[in-house]
Amino acid sequence: MTAFSLDITLFALKLALVFFVILTLAAYLVFAERKILAWVQDRKGPNRVGPFGLLQPLADLIKLLTKEDVVPSAADRWLFYLAPAMAAIPAILIFSVIPFGAPLTIYGRHLPLVVADLNVGLLFFLALSSIAVYGVAIGGWASNSKYALLGGIRGLAQLISYELSMGLSLVPIVMLSHSFSLTDIVAAQETVPFIVYQPLAFIIFLLSITAECKRIPFDLPEAEGELVAGFHTEYSGMRFGLFFVGEYINIIVLGGLAATFFLGGWHGPLLPPTIWFSLKTLAVSFFFIWMRGTLPRLRYDQLMHLGWKVLTPLALVNILITGWWLMLK
Amino acid sequence: MIEQTIFYILAAVAVIGTLLAVTEKHPVHAILYLVTSLFSMATIFYLLMAPLVAAFEVILYAGAIMVLFLFVIMMLDLGHPEKGMAPGWREWLPALLLSAVSIASLVTVVASHHATVSAYPSPLPIREVARRLFQEHGLAVELVSLQLLFALVGALYLGKSPAPPPPLPEGKGGQRPGEGVPL
Repeated sequence: MTAFSLDITLFALKLALVFFVILTLAAYLVFAERKILAWVQDRKGPNRVGPFGLLQPLADLIKLLTKEDVVPSAADRWLFYLAPAMAAIPAILIFSVIPFGAPLTIYGRHLPLVVADLNVGLLFFLALSSIAVYGVAIGGWASNSKYALLGGIRGLAQLISYELSMGLSLVPIVMLSHSFSLTDIVAAQETVPFIVYQPLAFIIFLLSITAECKRIPFDLPEAEGELVAGFHTEYSGMRFGLFFVGEYINIIVLGGLAATFFLGGWHGPLLPPTIWFSLKTLAVSFFFIWMRGTLPRLRYDQLMHLGWKVLTPLALVNILITGWWLMLK
Repeated sequence: MIEQTIFYILAAVAVIGTLLAVTEKHPVHAILYLVTSLFSMATIFYLLMAPLVAAFEVILYAGAIMVLFLFVIMMLDLGHPEKGMAPGWREWLPALLLSAVSIASLVTVVASHHATVSAYPSPLPIREVARRLFQEHGLAVELVSLQLLFALVGALYLGKSPAPPPPLPEGKGGQRPGEGVPL
C-alpha cells in the first residue's frame, strides 16, 4: 500500500466514522429527549421496542420510511423536495471543522482527529449556519400554506437576529486564542477553558445557539399552539424525518461547538480526549433537553427584544471589556 | 488536474446560475439561483487559496444580503409576478448600458495582457490581511464604518412611525380597532 492510498483510506475511514457516529447519536438523542422529558413529566416514556425501548429510533425510522410522501398540490414541487436537505446538510458540514480528539499517529502517519482543519474554521461555521436559514424559509414558502409560510418567516427573522449575537459572542474567543482555526482555539485552552475568562460570552452563545436550533424557549417557528407545526406543517414521511433529524444533528454539532469554544474541547484529565469531547458535547445537549422540559415558550416580541436589545449590546460590551483586559494584561 | 476540473465545474455552475437568475421570472427561484452562483464563486475563491474571502462571500452575500431579499419577497407576497408585463425599453436601456460598460471593462482587462496574477497563487494568511487592513488603512476602515452607521441612523429615522394621532373623544366608538385587545 502506497503512502498516498494509505492517507486516502485513513481519511475515508475517518469520514465514514464521523458520519456513522453523528447520525446514530442524532437518532438516539431523539430517544434520550423522549425519555428525559418523560422523567421530567413523571411518565415512563418509550419502553416497548426492545430492551428499555432502546430500539425505538429504528422503529421510528422504519415508520417514517414507509409512510406516504405527500406533496400539497399547490406546492412549489422542486423547492418542497429540496428544503429538508437544505436544512440538514449544513448541520452535518459544520462538524467537519470540529476537532473531536487529540491527533493520533497510525503507521507512523500523523492523523488529526478533525475532518478539515480550516484556518477559517470559525467563519466556516458562521457561513454554514447562515446558509441553514434557507432550509426553514424555503420549506415554509414552498409548502404554499399559511401556517408554513408564517413559520418560515418567523424562522428567517429569528435566525438572522440570533446569528448576530452568536457571531459577536465568539469574537472574544478569537481575541484570546489569536486564531480562527478550531484546532488552535482548542490548543489555547490546554490549561484553562475559555468559560473561566468569558462566562458572559458563554451565556450569550448558549442562548443564541438555542435560538439557532429553534428549541424551546425559542421554538417560535414551529409553535404548536399557534402554527400547527410551523414551517414543516405540510411535510410527511422521511422528508419530515430529515427536518427532524437535521434539528438533532444541529443540537449535537452546536453542543460540540460550545465544548470547543468554551469548555476546553477535548482537553481534560484522566479520561481519553475523545471521551472528554463526547461528555462535554452530550452535557450541552442534555442542557437543551432539560430546558425544553422546564421552560415555557417566549412570546415573539420577547424573543426579538432579547436578541436585539439584550444579547447583542451585551456581546458588544463584552468585546470591548475583553479588549481593555488584553491591553492592560 | 483535479483542481482544474473542479474549477471548470464551479465556473460553469456560477455562469449558468447567474444566467438563470437573470432569466427566471419568479423572484424566489431567481434568488436561489443567485445563491448557488455565489456559493460556487466562494468555492473558487477557496481554490485560489483565499479562504477568508470565500468565507466572507458566503457570510455576507449568500447568508445576509440574499436572506434579506428572500425575507422581503416572502413578506410582500407578490402574487404571480411571472404574469407581469414584459420589460419595456425604459428598463432595457439602463441594463444594456450597464452590461456594455461591464463587457468593455472585461475586454480591456483581457486585452491589456498584464500578467500580474499568477496561475498558482500563494495562500494569504489572515494575520497579514488584518495587519494591512487595520494598520495601513485603519482610517479608511473607520470612515467606511462611520458611513455604515450614518446609513443605519438614516434607515432608523425613515422607518420611525409617524407621530400618534390625537386621542379620540370619550364615549361611543372611542376605541380604535385592535385597542384594548390583549396580545
